[in-house]
Amino acid sequence: MTLTDALAVLAPAVPDGTVCIHANGHIGRAGCAARDRDECFYMIGSMGLASSIGLGIALAQPRRRVLVLDGDANVLMNLGTLATIAAEAPPNLLHVCFDNGAHASTGAQPTITDRVRLDEVARAAGYRFAGRVETRAALAAEAPRFLGREGPAFLLVRIALGPPGPPAPRIPHAPEAMTARLRRALGTGR
Amino acid sequence: MTGSVPADRFVDRLLAAGFDFFVGVPCSLVKTLLAELERRELYLGETREDAALGVAAGAYLAGRTPVVIMQNSGLGVSLNALGSLHFLYRIPALLLVTWRGYQGEDAPEHLVMGEVLPRLLELFGVPFRAPLAEAMDADVDWAAARIRDTRRPVALVVRPGIFA
Repeated sequence: MTLTDALAVLAPAVPDGTVCIHANGHIGRAGCAARDRDECFYMIGSMGLASSIGLGIALAQPRRRVLVLDGDANVLMNLGTLATIAAEAPPNLLHVCFDNGAHASTGAQPTITDRVRLDEVARAAGYRFAGRVETRAALAAEAPRFLGREGPAFLLVRIALGPPGPPAPRIPHAPEAMTARLRRALGTGR
Repeated sequence: MTGSVPADRFVDRLLAAGFDFFVGVPCSLVKTLLAELERRELYLGETREDAALGVAAGAYLAGRTPVVIMQNSGLGVSLNALGSLHFLYRIPALLLVTWRGYQGEDAPEHLVMGEVLPRLLELFGVPFRAPLAEAMDADVDWAAARIRDTRRPVALVVRPGIFA
């Protein structure tokens, strides 16, 4: 199961209206290609901060469901936020981590997730739920359950590296336009 | 240094100017301010300053006007978030940055950042003011207006002794 395969299973199952914050690198590109909506926000920089952005939205709009689509290297870069999310415990925040064990967009340099299980880190931090799936069938079975869970919930999706090169074109939206459309979708003006 | 600003009055002023989300990492120069925000249950403590900026960006996307409180040491940690998130995506925040190492009189770990702080903010294109107590109210309003007009981060630099 590659990132593209995993998103083909997960993206259609995400309920309309859910805010989706995509980490930088390949995740945003593949996520945008899989299913683009006004509630989707794609980071093209500030690696590590997708989870922090998701936390800010979840706290500011407690009735809105927020899904963070993260990667293993992103989570490792901002591990402290797993603790902050667990401590704040927003019930409307879901956190998926696509774990290919590599920095895929910079040449597939290995991360350390062959030895460090990030789902166990999230569980130890105090997420209400932390799970792990490693096959497409397991993801297909878990996705609807996971998307209905009370947060903070963490799902590690173990994936294989895809073919070399990016999985999809660059994000077609200007960064400023993504800010404006998400704020409009969240009912907060420009 | 002249007078000081009572923390509770400063929080009132921020709220009156439209700021309504507070996140940060502590510094002793703002301990009374943080205590007042905690007392009102308005403050989220983060682990790192760039994470605080990420949370503030999310709050802005969800309709809030955030304040990010940090020591100037944390400004170094924050530069990538400011550059590739806030400026790039036109996401504003009021940065309340303390000035450790002010006038070269401080513990050694603060001297380098204390020396370059104003130049670093200028270089990064963050408009800022470093008000004395008497100018604080007006500069809060200046910051709020800049944020409304430009949708970019602005900073108020907190000198030692400003908050009572």
